[in-house]
Amino acid sequence: MGLARTHSVALVGLAGSLVEVEADISSQLPGMKLIGLPDAALAEAAERVRAAAKNSGCALNGHKLTVNLSPAALRKHGSGFDLAIAVACLAADDVIPADSVAGVVHIGELALDGRLRPTPGILPAVIAAARVGRRTVMVPTGNADEAALVPGVRVIGVASLRDALIWHGAPLEPVDVDVLRAPAEDERVDDTLDLLDVIGNDEAILALQVAAAGGHHVFMLGPPGAGKTMLAARLPGLLPDLGPAASLEVSSLRSLSGRPVGRSLITRPPLEAPHHTITAAAMVGGGTGQIRPGAAARASHGVLFLDEAPEFSAAVLDALRQPLESGQISIHRANAVAHFPARFQLILAANPCPCGQYGAGRAGPGDPECSCPPQARRRYLARLSGPLLDRIDIQLTVKRVSIAELRLAVDGGRLSSAVARERVLAARTAAAKRLAATPWALNSEVPGPWLRGVDTRLGGQVTAMLDRALERGAITMRGYDRILRVAWSIADLAGAARPGPDEVGQALYLRKGMTS
Amino acid sequence: MALKDEVGRRGEDCAAEYLLEAGYTLVERNWRCDRGEIDLIATRNGDIVFVEVKTRSGIGYGHPFEAITVAKLARLRRLAGTWCRQSGLRARHIRIDAIAVINRPGRDPLIEHLEGVL
Repeated sequence: MGLARTHSVALVGLAGSLVEVEADISSQLPGMKLIGLPDAALAEAAERVRAAAKNSGCALNGHKLTVNLSPAALRKHGSGFDLAIAVACLAADDVIPADSVAGVVHIGELALDGRLRPTPGILPAVIAAARVGRRTVMVPTGNADEAALVPGVRVIGVASLRDALIWHGAPLEPVDVDVLRAPAEDERVDDTLDLLDVIGNDEAILALQVAAAGGHHVFMLGPPGAGKTMLAARLPGLLPDLGPAASLEVSSLRSLSGRPVGRSLITRPPLEAPHHTITAAAMVGGGTGQIRPGAAARASHGVLFLDEAPEFSAAVLDALRQPLESGQISIHRANAVAHFPARFQLILAANPCPCGQYGAGRAGPGDPECSCPPQARRRYLARLSGPLLDRIDIQLTVKRVSIAELRLAVDGGRLSSAVARERVLAARTAAAKRLAATPWALNSEVPGPWLRGVDTRLGGQVTAMLDRALERGAITMRGYDRILRVAWSIADLAGAARPGPDEVGQALYLRKGMTS
Repeated sequence: MALKDEVGRRGEDCAAEYLLEAGYTLVERNWRCDRGEIDLIATRNGDIVFVEVKTRSGIGYGHPFEAITVAKLARLRRLAGTWCRQSGLRARHIRIDAIAVINRPGRDPLIEHLEGVL
């Protein structure tokens, strides 16, 4: 026959495109030529395929093999094409029927002994194959569970090239091999973090619930040991389970980052807490050749927590402005543009000054005092740029827990995460119902004109406090809208149909509750 | 004579016999100059064919063709030019072929012929 073709998938960001893998045998001295813009890892496929085929009991033809990856102009990365190249070559040599090979999408990296290694990015690749109407996908056994998460696709998990050839009808005896699997689940969302652990800080707990209900970003300011990190780590626990589309997206990003996905889609919102030395490329994504998602993309549909926010470099923080605005990250290269979703909830935490003690003392002898000059204090928080802080609806001060609060806490009356999540879910449902006729689902997404529209405008009495603040110049018009949004979230959380003066007052406090 | 030379010699005999049967006329065997050696030179229908013969007594160390590298072919191409100048023969076409001989002990030799490998 001399010629055979099959399909595989090339990924650019989360978007995949179907790649046709053609193999041709010509009467030339032995060799394998791989064409169609492969990167370094892919160009080495020739050696892997040759060794794997030999060790699977059917060596490649002793003539010249030309393998073309089409569309030829699209850059292809990684080792996921090995299986497709191997079966195309063997089908061209009539070891297996070419028509059987043509109807299947093959993804997977080969080991030299012919076994298939788990390959990153299987989930988005299978989604892409399904989107263009491919119904049968052959993947490594180690990825079969992950591939099976895509509805409407027949997944064939094979442990080795030999198994793949037998499936396609090669007259070989099956040989049992040890299946290569990805390293076991390293991290799962920690369910042990409960709001019950938080003592005192009632307003911060309320702020977290409001943030969860409305999808608002939060900035917490407080001295070391006040519980900022503890509070932020508990926000994902308050968020409701992910919807089908969101969980597919979160799982795809996880798969693309090379982390195991497991047997079921990820339904809990992710938490990303990068260290403050992170680079802009690690935050938004990038890399030479293959474009990989960054922390902001991995936090999509979840929480991005930046502890010690002023310590982050200004470039990193400002790189977040585009995703905060559009919910998407676009990374441009000369030959491709990769888009990643980045609809995360941002939590910033900061000390009030470099030494951290400013405003921490409770005015008693022996309390620690701030040793920073006022200029250093001002410069420290000025590292968070105005445009960034402007996008953050809830800004509050977290105080250290006092001995009185610690004693009170023993008596109970604290809120558990499960209860809080119920409340958040109810609030989100109410908001979604109210916004059903609009393109938005969360209070934080609603634009100003809607807030001040005929049906939704709050009465003069309700907003009196807010109007006064605006008049005094304490808040801007944009800030006014943001406070209204938070007020709606507070009302949803309280089960009220619309915000009253109390809710607006609370919202104003959550926005302007900073002492500095 | 070392054993490997013996194997190569027998393989070249087989290849020469094969070419004669295929209607070629042998012009030269083991033509040497200071830059190397051409195993076989044959003609048919006015074409001059320079043949590299590679012999193995099994395929445990790979197919004989796999041992014919690009560098070896390039050398053969240069030698072909030298030979043409020295012999003064004018050919319609020249061609470089490769012949693999697998000479398993106690069995008939297996011959594969690739035409125009360069």
